[in-house]
Amino acid sequence: MSNLSSTERSTAPASPLLSVKQLRVDLPVAKGTLHAVRGIDFHVERGEMLCLVGESGCGKSMTSLALMGLLPRKAQINADCLNFDGIDLLTMTEHERSNLRGARMAMIFQEPMTALNPAYTLGNQLCEALRRHQRVSRKAAHDRAVYLLERVGISAAAERMRQYPHQLSGGLRQRVMIAMALMCEPDLIIADEPTTALDVTIQAQILHLLRDLQQEFGTAVIFITHDLGVVARIADRVAVMYAGEVIETASAQALFKTPSHPYTQGLLRCIPSPGKTPPGSRLQAIPGVVPSLVGKLHGCAFCNRCDQADEICQTTPPLHPIASGHSARCHFAHPLASSAQINTPEVVS
Amino acid sequence: MSSPSTVTNSSDPLALELCSLSKTFTLGGGMLHKSRTLQAVKDVSLRVPQGQVMGLVGESGCGKSTLAKMLLGLTSPSSGDVLINGKAIANANQKALARHIQPIFQDPYSSLNPRQRIAQIVGLPLRIHAIGTPKEQAVKVDEMLEMVGLPKRAAQQYPGQMSGGQRQRVAIARALIMRPDLVICDEPTSALDVSVQAQILNLLLDLKDEFGLTYLFISHDLAVVEHLADRLAVMYLGQIVEEGTREQIFTAPRHPYTQALLASALTPEPDLGVPDIGLGAGQPDPSRPPSGCAFHPRCPMAQPECSQQAPALSALDQATPKSNQVRVACHFS
Ligand SMILES: Nc1ncnc2c1ncn2[C@@H]1O[C@H](COP(=O)(O)OP(=O)(O)OP(=O)(O)O)[C@@H](O)[C@H]1O
Ligand SMILES: Nc1ncnc2c1ncn2[C@@H]1O[C@H](COP(=O)(O)OP(=O)(O)OP(=O)(O)O)[C@@H](O)[C@H]1O
Ligand SMILES: [Mg+2]
Ligand SMILES: [Mg+2]
Repeated sequence: MSNLSSTERSTAPASPLLSVKQLRVDLPVAKGTLHAVRGIDFHVERGEMLCLVGESGCGKSMTSLALMGLLPRKAQINADCLNFDGIDLLTMTEHERSNLRGARMAMIFQEPMTALNPAYTLGNQLCEALRRHQRVSRKAAHDRAVYLLERVGISAAAERMRQYPHQLSGGLRQRVMIAMALMCEPDLIIADEPTTALDVTIQAQILHLLRDLQQEFGTAVIFITHDLGVVARIADRVAVMYAGEVIETASAQALFKTPSHPYTQGLLRCIPSPGKTPPGSRLQAIPGVVPSLVGKLHGCAFCNRCDQADEICQTTPPLHPIASGHSARCHFAHPLASSAQINTPEVVS
Repeated sequence: MSSPSTVTNSSDPLALELCSLSKTFTLGGGMLHKSRTLQAVKDVSLRVPQGQVMGLVGESGCGKSTLAKMLLGLTSPSSGDVLINGKAIANANQKALARHIQPIFQDPYSSLNPRQRIAQIVGLPLRIHAIGTPKEQAVKVDEMLEMVGLPKRAAQQYPGQMSGGQRQRVAIARALIMRPDLVICDEPTSALDVSVQAQILNLLLDLKDEFGLTYLFISHDLAVVEHLADRLAVMYLGQIVEEGTREQIFTAPRHPYTQALLASALTPEPDLGVPDIGLGAGQPDPSRPPSGCAFHPRCPMAQPECSQQAPALSALDQATPKSNQVRVACHFS
């Protein structure tokens, strides 16, 4: 041990900040059980930006609520492993959980109005987020809130602190949510569509801010979004979800250059691409609807919408490795077979 | 039956006309703080011919939703007029207005009644206007749900049991069931994933052709706006700073704010990163707008006169017919 140099030590693989194995979330509904998340695996490294994309209703928000310990009361959570920086999230008490929340893991919610309390001023809510977890003076909390509001591009921040949520535009509310999540300098931020309500100039500014935080403090971010433009520009890695499963993971480069699951390929064809898609023309959509998540699903969840589906798709596909760090849950996604079997979409430029 | 202030050109009947529309909010006024005013919409004039799609883009907080609410009669303008099919809405009643103009809002959560089933929510406009028998209404609701891509079982669910995207489809079904003339879409697809977005945009385009609908389409997604809009208006701090045809705005934007906006759009190209367009963080405080041109503190082209005199929104070439005109509010364009 004595001759182990510091460089050797630092190259030893550190355990990821968050690791998730076989996470399942079930919800009781009138007709049985809805399997919102059906056994997903992923991990997030310190300082990494993981983007989570997928069809509406595929379980992205449920996954993040499960990580935060904020699932609806009736929801059932199961996992082989749910580990945050050495802490087992599954066996934690509710009290330990709430200490972690806000302080070390913070969430930016999809809809700010559900997370902001209409009865309190922004200042109250921002400062409360910090003072619940850290012993800081009222003044220090206030100053940090003003600083962060300015960082997310809100002018006259000190005055905005006295306003109530309903007095703000959608985009301003969303930025207040972002500032709130940053109050305690968390290690992990789960951002559920944080920039969808923002115009592109402010979006660019927020994305720069998240990047800065990652560089300054090694903050890890799980970024949920429908916007493939954002994914392409910010993700270190991408996980594509469909019907409660992760069906493809890859680096951003690999995902956009060689999408391997037919669903991912379909997604990339859906977006109007300026200069290529004639304005007003019909966009390619993925035909059909997502299967019901109530009850058990057999075989590949995408096969009813897939134009390459075959008999084999009646059996559940394994996660095939395509290349290092790139895998897809499709019977046809072999590293060699892929180009022959699957027409790759037009390269979007 | 047009009101005196309309200057409609008979060749292009207008579905919507805004004449110097403004909205001022009064802020605060607690014990220690003086109340101030915030001009959310400032002297906006805009003409939307029937059957066209007018895209409305701009910074968040620049007043797009406030503008939309005034058109829908949900907020009264501080000054100015809104004309729908040539008639001023100030003296129309809400119910009559609702047959002509319907909204699809940004926020699918708060706009749906959580205690009603989806079938009731979508069918409500039919009941209010007493259109058809209950049985016919139910058939229409089923058709509409199918058109927006919701499964049959959705009819019996509550909004709380649906994902964000599913709720937005409900909101679209509710707006379109009355087959209105004019639809105000405030970020209608921002909560939808791209495959559903493609279906909904196709649906909006189909319904537009089928029923001759006119849309005012508010969105932050410039690729979507470029796909859908015939004309485009760009707002900054309550005012329109540029308005023109899709081609003109996307190929040759004139106003520096429009240029910054287009430069920030993120196309799905993984190696490009996020552009730094150098506008700085300094979004102005709308209750204390800058003097002169509201954009001058952030404008790379600003000259001394920009802080003194506000540029008027004027047509670049007066000779072009109105339907092809570009209007820009900049001293240097
Ligand atoms: N409270 C609830 N009770 C029952 N089912 C629910 C509840 N909330 C969500 N669901 C269902 O769980 C599934 C996953 O929902 P989730 O909100 O995680 O989707 P999502 O991927 O975040 O979608 P979106 O992109 O639209 O936000 C959906 O099928 C949804 O209908
Ligand atoms: N009821 C209100 N009272 C006071 N100020 C308001 C009120 N409603 C809106 N405002 C202010 O008016 C301005 C314009 O808001 P609006 O919601 O119209 O913006 P927007 O362009 O729709 O923004 P976004 O793209 O973020 O939705 C904002 O500064 C907002 O804070
Ligand atoms: Mg969600
Ligand atoms: Mg708005």
